[in-house]
This record gives sequence, C-alpha cells and structure tokens, in this order.
Amino acid sequence: MEDIVDINVIRLTTAYVFVVILFLIVKYKKVGHEKQILLATIRMTIQLVLVGYILTFIFEHPSPFLTLLILIIMETFAIFNIYSRVQTKLSNSLKRVVAFSMVTGTVISILFFLFIVVHLKPWFRPQYFIPISGMLIGNSMTGISLGVEGLVNGFKDNKKFIENALMLGACPSHASNKVSNRAFYNAILPTINAMIGMGIVFLPGMMTGQILAGASPLIAIKYQIAIMMGILGSVTLTVFLMIKFGIKCFFNDRAQLQLEEFESK
Amino acid sequence: MNGKNANKQKMFELDNVKFKDVLYIESLGIEREKLTCIVGKSGGGKTTFLKLLNNMYSYEQGSIKFKNREIRSYNPIDLRREVPMLPQNPEIFSGTIKDNFVLTQKYAEKCNKHKQHFEEILKRVGMENHNLSDDAEKLSGGEKQRIALARIMLLDPEILLLDEPSASLDDETEELIIKLVVDYIKNKNGTLVMVTHSKHIAQKYGEVVVTINNGIIEQIS
Repeated sequence: MEDIVDINVIRLTTAYVFVVILFLIVKYKKVGHEKQILLATIRMTIQLVLVGYILTFIFEHPSPFLTLLILIIMETFAIFNIYSRVQTKLSNSLKRVVAFSMVTGTVISILFFLFIVVHLKPWFRPQYFIPISGMLIGNSMTGISLGVEGLVNGFKDNKKFIENALMLGACPSHASNKVSNRAFYNAILPTINAMIGMGIVFLPGMMTGQILAGASPLIAIKYQIAIMMGILGSVTLTVFLMIKFGIKCFFNDRAQLQLEEFESK
Repeated sequence: MNGKNANKQKMFELDNVKFKDVLYIESLGIEREKLTCIVGKSGGGKTTFLKLLNNMYSYEQGSIKFKNREIRSYNPIDLRREVPMLPQNPEIFSGTIKDNFVLTQKYAEKCNKHKQHFEEILKRVGMENHNLSDDAEKLSGGEKQRIALARIMLLDPEILLLDEPSASLDDETEELIIKLVVDYIKNKNGTLVMVTHSKHIAQKYGEVVVTINNGIIEQIS
C-alpha cells in the first residue's frame, strides 16, 4: 500500500484559487450572489475544519455514547434541514411524520448495514458508524425532501381528481394513490440515476476517498456497492414510511380532503 | 299515513343544519323515489347542500339523517358508496374508458363486473359506437359526462346526487345527459337530488323543487 500524500496548509490555500476564479467570473458577468459564494466558502471551510478535529477526537476516544450522540445530532440536523429546504408549507402533523420516518427508516437501515452487511465489531466503531450513517441519513434527507414536496404539490394539483374519487366511494389511500406513487418515484429517482452513472460517469465520493487513502480499488468497489444498496434501502424505507403515514395528514377523520394547512409558505 | 310511515318515505331529513356562513337549513325532507331539484343563484349554497348529504362536508350544528340514521354515525366511505355524487365537471381518469370503469370498481371495492357488463353500461349511456379501449381523455365534453355517469351506474346506487352538468355543455347536450340520469333513476325506483341553474329543467323533471338562495331555503314547491 502506498503512502498517503498529505496536502500542507500552503498548498491547500492555493486550492482557493478556484473560488477566486468563480468570483472574477461572477463579477465580470454581473451574475450577483457574491456574498452567498463567500459565505458558502467560509462555512464549508470552518465546518470541515471543525469536523476534522471532532472526528479525530472521537476516533481517538471511541465510545458508544459519543457515537450515539453524533447520530442524534445528524438526525436532528437532517430533520430541520428538510423543514427549511422544502418550498411548500408543511402542517405540524406532516412534520411529525417526516421526523418519525427519517429516524425509523435510517436507524433500521444503519443497523442492518453495519451489523449484517459490514459485521461491525465493536458496534460503535466511529470510523465506520459515523461516515456510513452520514451517507444514509444525507441521502434519505434528500429523498424525503423531494418526496414530501411531491406529496404536498401532488395533493394541491390533483385536488379535483381526489375529490372525484372520494365521491365515488374511494378510501383516502386509494383516492391519493396516483399522487403518492408519483411522489415516491420522484423521491427515489436521483438514487436510481446515481446508480446508473456510477463508475462510468463519475467515481463516487466514498470509493474515491478509499482509493486516495490507499485501499485497493477492489475493496473500495465492494464498499461502494454495499453502501449504494444501503442508501437505496434507506431512501426507499424513509420515503415509503413518510408517504404511508403522510397521506393521513391530508384527510380528516371523516375522509374529507383538508388542504387549508398547506396553503402558501 | 302515521308518523312512522311518513319517516319511511324520507331518504334524508335535515333539521337546523348549519355549515359555516354558507348554508342554514331549518327543516327539509328529501323524499324516497322522488326527483328533487335544487335551484337558485350561483354561490347560494346548492353544491354545499349536496356535499353535506354525502359527507364530503361536515355540518357544524343540527342533524342530517339518512334512512333515519344520523349521517355522522355512518362510515363516510360506505355512505359515499351508497350515495355517490356526480360533480359539476367530473374528472375523467387518465387511460381508456375501460380503465375508468375498472378504477371506479376498485374505488368502490366492487370487483365482480366484467367486459360484457361494461359494454352494456356504455350502451345505456348512448355510447355504443365507442370501444372500451378508446382514450377517455380525448372524448368531447358531453361524452366525458356520459362516461362519468356510466361510472356511477357501475355502483348501481339507490340514490344519486347530481350537481348541474351544464358548466361546459350546450343546452341540448345538458338535457340529454339529464334525461339519461332521470330515466336511469326512474327505471330502478331510485331517488335523485339534482342541482340545476335551469328553471326549465327543474319544472320539467323535478317532482319537488327547492329554491336555495343566500344559504337559506326560499321556497319548496
């Protein structure tokens, strides 16, 4: 195995030349949003530096408590990120469903992946637990954001269709079947597309990282295949739960469509 | 006729019913096996009235009884299967005419009907020159109304709520559709509650005509 090529601080600083180029283009073309670009660059730098030190500390002091704490922080951040990222207004009951689905779906997937697929021992080894959980939670967050937005917009756009179905005696889940199927498909589509392009169009981040760290590409692809299955499972499970229980938030106990709580953000 | 028998003749009984600031009905009975027309100016509460009868809306106070039982005590889905409603501009489901029929049966959880029955229903709504495989979304406004009516016929209801099918149709087509519905209901001794803007239609077909304006009943004739 070859030695890892470290980047010293001075050479790392030269990488910021790409941001300078972006800045110059933005200024020249009068695109605007310079402040946003600057803020994103600063945030990325600070966040990664902090995470580097935090992870170093956690890896040097592995403990089940710390690993679980990081998991809770990641879940909480992901849930609030979904609330702020979604462009449509969510009712409180739908927010609760989103939180429940995120936690249940990702925790089941993480446990299955780490204990059945990777066979991790001890179970809390942070080098595995934290990055793998991060990938599953991050992808599920994107999936559920797309799913919940698709669900709310689908209900608004198909109000007449759903009411027609109700008038013919359909139960709420049958009446909203078209909307829920479309929301589910839209939510898992990015994961499916990523799988199609993987290895040809791009080398995925985790695999690239492992190769750069000196691992054999054959080991790296095994991890990548496994993690893609894990991501697919986690996205599917979280979105499925969100849609299954989320539909109920659009109807009252008399099976009447209730969209008032979702009007404008 | 004693009180008990009089009650038996009523399909719906409304007493002191209030829905938001849209509708207030002090007392009204919808008679069994009769054709009741609801007329009045637009925005007066006619569609709201129909939607209260099949529990698409819930009344805030008072009482609505269907077959002598409070509507609230029914399972709303079972109630709508028994009291289906044909809205003003019915939504045609994407796919073929057959898809529309199959989906309707799925909604109502009725799975015992087959192609022969579908063709029979198609004939009953005057569309025998169409195939079950025709694209339902490409049909004309009047034909879509007929398909919507055919879907209701698949449910074989004893009572039907019909919101004026006139919004997108010419007078001739509108009357054809209404005649189809009336004949269908009369043949099976059913009950029809129909909202219409047309006094001519109400006078021609209505056995009871209820005028609702500004959310209250102005006249029953």
